[in-house]
Amino acid sequence: MPLLPESTQRIRAIAARYPHGQSALIPALYVAQGEQGSLSDETLAEIAGLLGMTPVDVKAVASFYTMFYRQPGGKFVFQVCGTLSCALCGAEELIRHMEEKLGIRAGQSTPDGRFKLEVVECLGACGSGPVMLLGDRYHHNLTPELVDSIIDELKTAPLPEGLPAPQVESAGKPER
Amino acid sequence: MANEIVFSQNHIPGIADIATYLDNGGYQSLDKGLGMTPDELIEIVKESGLRGRGGAGFPTGMKWSFVPKDTPKPRYLVCNADESEPGTFKDNELMLVNPHQIVEGMILACHAIGSQQGYIYIRGEFVEHIRAVSGAIEQAYEKGLLGENIRGTGVTVHLAVHPGAGAYICGEESALLNSLEGERGLPRLKPPFPAVSGLYGCPTIINNVETLANVPHIVNNGARWFRQWGTERSPGTKVVSVSGHVNNPGNFEVPLGTPMMQIINDLAGGVRKGHTLKAVIPGGSSVPMLAASECDIAFDYESIAAAGSMLGSAGLIVMDDSTCMVWAARNLLHFYRHESCGKCAPCREGTDWLYKTLARIEETGGSESDIDLLLDICDNMDGKCFCPLGEAAIAPVISSISKWRDEYLAHTAHGGCPMRREP
Repeated sequence: MPLLPESTQRIRAIAARYPHGQSALIPALYVAQGEQGSLSDETLAEIAGLLGMTPVDVKAVASFYTMFYRQPGGKFVFQVCGTLSCALCGAEELIRHMEEKLGIRAGQSTPDGRFKLEVVECLGACGSGPVMLLGDRYHHNLTPELVDSIIDELKTAPLPEGLPAPQVESAGKPER
Repeated sequence: MANEIVFSQNHIPGIADIATYLDNGGYQSLDKGLGMTPDELIEIVKESGLRGRGGAGFPTGMKWSFVPKDTPKPRYLVCNADESEPGTFKDNELMLVNPHQIVEGMILACHAIGSQQGYIYIRGEFVEHIRAVSGAIEQAYEKGLLGENIRGTGVTVHLAVHPGAGAYICGEESALLNSLEGERGLPRLKPPFPAVSGLYGCPTIINNVETLANVPHIVNNGARWFRQWGTERSPGTKVVSVSGHVNNPGNFEVPLGTPMMQIINDLAGGVRKGHTLKAVIPGGSSVPMLAASECDIAFDYESIAAAGSMLGSAGLIVMDDSTCMVWAARNLLHFYRHESCGKCAPCREGTDWLYKTLARIEETGGSESDIDLLLDICDNMDGKCFCPLGEAAIAPVISSISKWRDEYLAHTAHGGCPMRREP
């Protein structure tokens, strides 16, 4: 599925703000993933065309960074930190609890494709562990009760279109 | 608090908004700083003794002076906001609470190195922080504090936010530059150092968020004022991120040289009730662990080095007596194995073997020879990795074995972790 005209326009505008258009690659991948939820070969090739790169170079970058998804996953992705400070505060037990609650193992999505559970490395919020990133929001000082209420609420929430992504167009040098 | 510099405005409601920031003396340093020559600006930062707050502790003024003066190429400033070092969450708070302070510091740094374009590279998970800093930049443009001819000084500075996408290695400055150029985040061979050939092959200075946040205060108040805190070789304050088994975890800005136990007990509330201190990692996960008996030291670069560890990013991870040190080392090696970029063999293979061996000892006890195997792998990585990531990965292994060898042996004797809490 080709990117929406708004998305290609956004990517071109971001690229114009850098001395070299390739610098816009990570922001461009976010734009595409924000729209489509994951990055297909077709989408990567389209971005390559927009930025004057080869598809294989774009693929190499998309596969290097953990925040980009090559396969469609859950609509709501729980990224729970498993690194030391959070683990000292009970992250391992919390992850086991979430596995049971969701009926899946870490790394898997629920059969209906609504939820995905990921154990990720340090999220840089170690003072309020255990923490998780859900969409664009951090959740701090998690307990089994707290994640239960978050999951229960999302069971009936409307499904988002793509995946939330950082937006960087608002700031910086005006277009040249 | 009286001893705060970069956190001194955190208590002011709405300080993230430019109107409030300006009302509280914000951007005042530009009147003074942009009126100085770049050399004068570099000199005042040199005199202050400010050292890089990202981990390496390199003197900031000296770093700035490495930019060639006669280059025809554009020069770039990059603010490293890829905060991903386990145990460290100071830039997190600095960006969310007081983003204009960082913008102000970046404008001054750009002037000092003769750069008209700065980027702030923020880790992709920090969506809210990207929003906060982008908003601050946008407001600064609206007020004429960014762009052409700032406040009639003739100085031009443009700033932009660039997002990362989930890669610890991009905190390493040359990997960050590759990432900013739209490449995989692999480190570059040094020399040439970025100050000579960095972003797009142009002279580039990379500074940490906290480092740049200090600069407006130094320019406003002078080098001597800054040196009223800290020690001769570690002047100023440091934001210490305390996490793990303490009652009151969080960020605390303290004068360098503050006793480490005072930070743990008085500020972070001490270890949990019914437990005693066992170990700390003083400077983020990449520095050697210290046993409780080694913790009666001052928190500054030279005292922590004398104790056999490093101040690093000041991510102080506290572990009490319920912690299995083999488990802790295994947890951190899981991190380094995942984050190794794969460019060089000693790190790519070494972190994998270290993790597998630690996992074997923790799960099944392994054998006594596994302990020697771990040390042998560390020896094959030490000084042989392409960038500091590999060197960092061996710190928890070597320090935990040298200080808690008995725990490793107990695993071997017990056929697995004697402390393991069953699910």
